[in-house]
Amino acid sequence: MHPRPRRVLAASAATLAALSMAACASSDRDESGGDSAESEGGGTFVFGGAGDPTMFDPAFATDGETFRVTRQIYEGLLTNEPGTADLAPALAESYEVSEDGLTYTFALREGVTFHDGTDFNADAVCFNFDRWYNFEGLAASPAASEYWQNNFGGFASTPDVPSLYAGCEAPDETTAVLTLTETTSKFPAVLALPSFAIQSPTALEQYAADELGGNGDALTYTEYGLEHPTGTGPFRFDSWDQGNGEVTIVKNDDYWGDAPGVDEIVFRSIPDGNTRRQELQAGSIDGYDLVAPADYQTLEDGGFQVLPRDPFNILYLGMNGGGIEGTSANPALQDIRVRQAIAHAIDRDTIVSSLLPEGAEAAIEFVPPAVDGWTEDVTTYDYDPARSQALLAEAGAAGTTLRFYYPTAVSRPYLPDPGAMYEVISKNLTDAGFTVEPVSLPWNPDYLDAVQAGAADVHLLGWTGDYNDAYNFIGTFFADAGGGKMKAEFGGWSAPEVFSALAAGDSEPDTEARGPLYEQANVAIMDFLPAVPISHAPNALVVAENVDGLIPSPLSAEDFSTVTVG
Amino acid sequence: MLRFIVRRLVQLVPILLGLSVLLFAWLRALPGGPAQAALGERATPEDIARYNEVFGLDQPVLVQYGKFVGRALQLDFGTSSRTGRAVTTEFLERFPGTVELTIFAMVFAIGVGIPLGYLAARKHGSWIDSTSVIGSLLGVAIPVFFLAYLLRLAFAVELGWLPGSGRQDVRIDATHISNFYVLDGLLTREWDAAWDALQHLVLPGIALGTIPLAIIVRITRASVLEVVNEDYVRTANAKGLAAKTVRQRHIIRNALLPVSTTIGLQTGLLLSGAVLTETVFAFGGVGSALADAIANRDYALLQGFILILAIVYVVANLLVDISYGLLDPRVRVR
Repeated sequence: MHPRPRRVLAASAATLAALSMAACASSDRDESGGDSAESEGGGTFVFGGAGDPTMFDPAFATDGETFRVTRQIYEGLLTNEPGTADLAPALAESYEVSEDGLTYTFALREGVTFHDGTDFNADAVCFNFDRWYNFEGLAASPAASEYWQNNFGGFASTPDVPSLYAGCEAPDETTAVLTLTETTSKFPAVLALPSFAIQSPTALEQYAADELGGNGDALTYTEYGLEHPTGTGPFRFDSWDQGNGEVTIVKNDDYWGDAPGVDEIVFRSIPDGNTRRQELQAGSIDGYDLVAPADYQTLEDGGFQVLPRDPFNILYLGMNGGGIEGTSANPALQDIRVRQAIAHAIDRDTIVSSLLPEGAEAAIEFVPPAVDGWTEDVTTYDYDPARSQALLAEAGAAGTTLRFYYPTAVSRPYLPDPGAMYEVISKNLTDAGFTVEPVSLPWNPDYLDAVQAGAADVHLLGWTGDYNDAYNFIGTFFADAGGGKMKAEFGGWSAPEVFSALAAGDSEPDTEARGPLYEQANVAIMDFLPAVPISHAPNALVVAENVDGLIPSPLSAEDFSTVTVG
Repeated sequence: MLRFIVRRLVQLVPILLGLSVLLFAWLRALPGGPAQAALGERATPEDIARYNEVFGLDQPVLVQYGKFVGRALQLDFGTSSRTGRAVTTEFLERFPGTVELTIFAMVFAIGVGIPLGYLAARKHGSWIDSTSVIGSLLGVAIPVFFLAYLLRLAFAVELGWLPGSGRQDVRIDATHISNFYVLDGLLTREWDAAWDALQHLVLPGIALGTIPLAIIVRITRASVLEVVNEDYVRTANAKGLAAKTVRQRHIIRNALLPVSTTIGLQTGLLLSGAVLTETVFAFGGVGSALADAIANRDYALLQGFILILAIVYVVANLLVDISYGLLDPRVRVR
């Protein structure tokens, strides 16, 4: 393996220079690509998922089981470095961004063809962007194109909803120029999201990919998405046996990069966790996802390789700022000393060691360490019940009653057991001199509705990142939600210093320069303390002893083309 | 007999209508609703309103119900909100698996249950009797997922004799015509595919067949015990009939009447989908589809499947009644 620079696609707005590092990364692939790999490897890799995919047009997908398959069939302009959330070149070898951050010029890879033989070029790139922007009717409904709407906003057909997308031009075969309506921290990271993978214009048109149907209660997907997904990736779609929950993809012999290590991959849907484990032990499958933390040791003892993903999520205790009308937040929380007392009361190390899987970390701020903008230089709040009691006494708030909301009937990667988490934190708060009044609600929709409306004094919630940009975490939580207030979940805290630090990061077109700005934002947030960060928790894949080359990704964006079965 | 059948079929209509109203009302009363399920936890109220508008969920409930019934009469149960395919297509693809599994489970339950129940009764009070009584209690009491776990641990993980999940090995390139995999393998002369599909039925079939097995053992035993003390058996013995004749003509034939009812009811029950067994064995039948649909609030699929399965269940019961009539002339008189 070549040591790779941590940041392969760093764009410099000032120099407008195409990046030689990107070319370096691509040459890694070219050197060993092609024929040499054909003599080795081969065979079938059977992977167990927890559910069925929806269909295979990633523009209309939102779930992990679908994306796991589409990631092998399609490629985007950019991708992530294996095992990290950092950007890396894919169909674009490099890009330049204008000084105002509104124009991105991509130098496209040459000699790439889609699985149906169509050439990949700048026209194909623009065809895809125009396709997404011109979705209408059912395709533009939130159920269909959620990722476009979350990241690019509106469509040509919805002039009242602003869109980030301004246009795409193809001055020549290998240059695609994308223009935006405003500078945003989402760019270019969103281009690595699986929904924005480039698909074959020929196949999209031939199988009427946009003509979603629907009668009664649901969308009907198209022949394209169900039977003819066509990309440029290392594997081609072969078949989907829906009755048995089996998707088969086969090696793309014309792939531009390294030939895949196996001839065929079968994704099997096995909803029950115990069954997945036993099927791996029985040898019917070669690996599976979402290993139960309790199974780590058994599997490792049995000679299986447990591959934990770097934590890419955050669990926090939200606090109510009392700025939302109609909610009755505890006024004691307005005092920074009371919030600090809560932060010092929580025993993160115990939580990490007893309630979360191996590899979990205590959080000192709201982004995981893998994200640019994470810094050690924030104010930290160590576990110190005596300090909490002192702070409370100083604020004259000893014995303050906190209505503590926590969810039931749910398990999230960042919160495997909400009841147990509540027990520990509630005990911590009581030890520090608070009185806790528990409120438990079913996760969806009761709990989410209640905490998002600002009903709780304190509440447990978390977030899993979509891509490596700190704004995806801290901007989602603490940005100005209008009127100089944070969103209702945080009780509308008014924190101008946090808002300005976040806005500075979000509007910085140079990705390199964003890191330090986000560091400042993290410092401002941890000083203001609108909520208390608790932990980052990993999850894991497992593969059999004879499987090599699967690199766990913090974004669950594993590339299966490097997998070999010995 | 014909009038009997027609009358039973007419009774189907109010049953189905009532069921459709219940299903329609109940599903819509669940928290969250279809929009929240489809859009996920990050959906804004505007998103939900747009979704409801697009899918007609903002229309009056009566209008929604009327449309639903109208389409159902044409066997159009809408499309699954999870897979986007017609519910009827999903059903036709899934049902053969459940039928195969049911057949295997019932053959196992009957093949083991009747002889065991008979033996227990004839050796009344012996160790065979007490073992089978205790065994059948266990069979009813043991949770299916735990039994599945144990069976797979023994026969798939440790011994490696049998496959532990699915309907067919993914590495077998089988042709599917009818979606009855064993039958397909026989029809296409792909013997290995048929054999593999049959092997895949063994563990889930045993797990699923345990409860019917336990019930059949107990009913056969009780029924045989009752029959052997009847006057006509004593008469048959007294007039010197061979023991074999008495056993076959007088005891078994009469004792099996209540057993046949049980078998019919149990078969109908298994055909309506073994949610737990199919889920823990990742077996692609109607049961696992129902489990997915509940988790995803897939209204259309739930409504369609439950209605079709209700018909299947009622028809299975009808067949039981008819067979009962054939076995026992007294029933036809009514």
